[in-house]
Amino acid sequence: MNYFDQSLSSVHEKLASKAISATDLVKQTLDNIKNVDSKINAFITVDEDGALKKAKQIDEKGIDSNNLLSGMPIAIKDNMVTKGLKTTAASKILENFKPIYDATAVKKLNDLGSINVGKTNMDEFAMGGSTENSAFQTTHNPWDETKVPGGSSGGSAAAVAAGEVLAALGSDTGGSIRQPASFNGVVGMKPTYGRVSRWGLIAFGSSLDQIGPITRNVFDNATVLNAIAGHDDHDLTSSDKVIPDFTSTLNKGVKGLKIGIPSEFMAQGLDDDVKQVVLDTAETFKKLGATVEEVSLPHTQYGVAAYYIISSSEASSNLQRFDGIRYGYRAKDAKSLEDVYVKSRSEGFGDEVKRRIMLGTFSLSAGFYDAYFKKAAQVRTLMINDFTKIFKDFDLILAPTAPTPAYGIGEDISDPMTMYMNDVLTLPVNLAGLPGMSIPAGFSKGLPVGVQLIGRPYDELTVYQAGSAFEQDTDFNKQTPKMGGNN
Amino acid sequence: MNFETTIGLEVHVELKTHSKIFSPSPVEFGDQPNSNTNVIDWGYPGVLPTTNKGVVHDGIMAGLALHAQIQKHPHFDRKNYFYPDNPKAYQITQAETPIAHDGWVEIEVDDKKKKIGIAEMHIEEDAGKNSHATRYSYVDLNRQGTPLIEIVSKPDISSPDEAYAYLEQLRQVIQFTGISDVKMEEGSMRVDVNISVRPVGQKEFGTKTELKNLNSFNYVRKGLAFEEQRHQRVLMSGGKIAQETRRFDEVSGQTILMRTKEGSDDYRYFPEPDLPVLNISQNWIDSIKQELPEPPAKRRQRYVDELGITDYDAMVLTQTKEMSDFYDQMIKDGADPKLAANYLQGNVNEFLNDNQVELQDTKITPEHLATMIKLITDGTISSKMAKKVFKAITNGEEPKKFVEEKGMVQLSDPAKLQPIIDDVVAANPQSVEDFHNGKDRAIGFLVGQIMKQTHGKANPQVVNKLLKESMSK
Repeated sequence: MNYFDQSLSSVHEKLASKAISATDLVKQTLDNIKNVDSKINAFITVDEDGALKKAKQIDEKGIDSNNLLSGMPIAIKDNMVTKGLKTTAASKILENFKPIYDATAVKKLNDLGSINVGKTNMDEFAMGGSTENSAFQTTHNPWDETKVPGGSSGGSAAAVAAGEVLAALGSDTGGSIRQPASFNGVVGMKPTYGRVSRWGLIAFGSSLDQIGPITRNVFDNATVLNAIAGHDDHDLTSSDKVIPDFTSTLNKGVKGLKIGIPSEFMAQGLDDDVKQVVLDTAETFKKLGATVEEVSLPHTQYGVAAYYIISSSEASSNLQRFDGIRYGYRAKDAKSLEDVYVKSRSEGFGDEVKRRIMLGTFSLSAGFYDAYFKKAAQVRTLMINDFTKIFKDFDLILAPTAPTPAYGIGEDISDPMTMYMNDVLTLPVNLAGLPGMSIPAGFSKGLPVGVQLIGRPYDELTVYQAGSAFEQDTDFNKQTPKMGGNN
Repeated sequence: MNFETTIGLEVHVELKTHSKIFSPSPVEFGDQPNSNTNVIDWGYPGVLPTTNKGVVHDGIMAGLALHAQIQKHPHFDRKNYFYPDNPKAYQITQAETPIAHDGWVEIEVDDKKKKIGIAEMHIEEDAGKNSHATRYSYVDLNRQGTPLIEIVSKPDISSPDEAYAYLEQLRQVIQFTGISDVKMEEGSMRVDVNISVRPVGQKEFGTKTELKNLNSFNYVRKGLAFEEQRHQRVLMSGGKIAQETRRFDEVSGQTILMRTKEGSDDYRYFPEPDLPVLNISQNWIDSIKQELPEPPAKRRQRYVDELGITDYDAMVLTQTKEMSDFYDQMIKDGADPKLAANYLQGNVNEFLNDNQVELQDTKITPEHLATMIKLITDGTISSKMAKKVFKAITNGEEPKKFVEEKGMVQLSDPAKLQPIIDDVVAANPQSVEDFHNGKDRAIGFLVGQIMKQTHGKANPQVVNKLLKESMSK
């Protein structure tokens, strides 16, 4: 089964009408993955046995006709723990790590009967924007195999774009769902911080991390968020706000909505084609009855610095538990306790992870804390205030997701600063804890270009509403990659 | 040269909550290593802490008992360091916003009362335990996540005796809140001290040394006394005190250098992002205030002023809340305050020591003991008989019933005693004569004879009175 031209509804209909059994669907999905993934490399682990076993159970129980995820194959980013299934965070330090529990988001999908076919590739510990920082493999962009899929949820986005699955979970700390969604021409939602439980998500930047869905269309995305959202007693930062039906506003249109475009996001460094896509998108929204005006987020220029200090500081602390003592990789020739720590971590972590551990450790050090971590936290507050001001008058913010379309494999990785600057448009949303979704909005030289819609805290509904209106009026999400003539 | 001493104490107290501070694992000791742990305690990938509300409650309670200000919106911080007993490689503690600050306890040394300030008190998690064998080292995480409060004194303590008194008061105040056993010998109270000495008049504090391995209040006092003199000696001879950590050697009574401190450790504290800021309402604080039992100092005052017992008795009875509550209940049940105090300090304490048990773990009840004392005061039983009754009480027996069943009721009725006395007097003319000749011993002999006749049940006071009357006729 190749999922081009499919949706959760269309596949669900086949399952519910017994046109196909869950077992056959999974078999066909696995066959297709075998074929496609030899070129794309989106999966670190494909769980054939587990998926078939679950499919058999579903078939025995029968498809739940009121639940689009019943019997539905999905994929999970490899930084969410899955019980008994290898979870690596794309790091050598967790190379053979089999967790003993399921992340809450994973468990919720399992409980609804969805079938996890495997764990997707990513930048190690979600640090990066190209999935090139994986310790195991390079994922290729389905639209052009010489290009990166973006990151860090590059495996999840590529798997959806290549038609391997209809839905995958990603995580987004500074743009890791939205930027690969943009690079792959799919829909990626980073929900409000607190919307989805982080229990079982291997922590990177705890105050920024959020799990979200990557899908082929907005309806499917809202459907998956319906499934994974909600308060979790295991995560005190998860919100107990009532969860609305995220699909309930998809046909409401955008008439009367006020949309702002931050001028700082349209400034220098932005690819001309990307800029044009945003302007065209604005025209579409106007045509559909929304008003679109220029707004200002004056502290945008400090975002990259603040983000890299805060996320790296938290990461430097979060990653200390990987010490070779209780689980994961332990250096073989360590002779003392200090040796176990130093060697296991030196050999187990990749360069980018080490770079951020050093950056974060430095930022928290006595004598530097005030100048770096504290200052960054203050900048964060100013950026939150910027958004709050805009959302007094506007319902949504429209902005480019990434400064450029997907770039070539190996092009940026040598220069961390260029990599970091690529996050400038996505990370303010994480610093402010807002919902942000990238939707396919155009093409540049054959590569997809996404735009992001940013909403008020806990107002994913309006984000989905506008995304859906745009999707219904355009056909960008109906394009599929050529995949070497596979289509 | 005259010196003045400044002592600082950091006291860790283990709370008696059922579960750990950030995980649902039970707080139990002595079980199989790592049996009381879960993924959170292991620092497993993907786990998150959740705050045990009971620990916050107990923290507020301790803060109030220490007359401290309660922080309404405290947060947690991470203290980062690598060690195998610290599985996350950070301890969740409170560095920036301790749950309580600016409190005090009152001590009394050489009949002088003094308030010792408490700079801050915070809640945090304990670490696990490492142990070492020849080829391997082992990590037991049962203790990991046990809730602690840490109480940091202000530099108000100026002698080892004051430090001792401060610890004793602190122990009592916490013990009376019921949130901890506060026992140093069991590790539920741990003390780190630092001391500095400076010439009188000097503005800056002298250089501090820290003391470790202090396993009792007494060792704290001895260790500090040794350090105080060592500092003075060094300063008098023109030397300089080095900033170092020293160990108290219990055998020699001396302190021994452990390590020199060069600069301070960098724990890279920062706010714990996994836990939201706590919201402590005034209502909650007020309701905890209502729960607070009467503190030991107030009880002592009440015992002396209202019940008329001595300062010393009042002090002994307020060593633990259990003892003091027991005493209060006995008074409510109508026991004579002085006799009740005597019995608690005498027979009861002796029983507890002999059997190495705590009062609350025995079958002795305040009601039973009060009943026994009432039987003594109304003359039903003699204090000699009371010994047997007390033993019965320790087995959980009701004293009145016991006395009746054993026929132990004292013979106090003159109508019944007089004939026996008359017989004894008639049968022992020599003794009567000796009595009239001023030999006091004679009366003892006669009382003994009467006791023999009554199988020890005669009320000695009544017998004495009747006997003297009979012989004076």
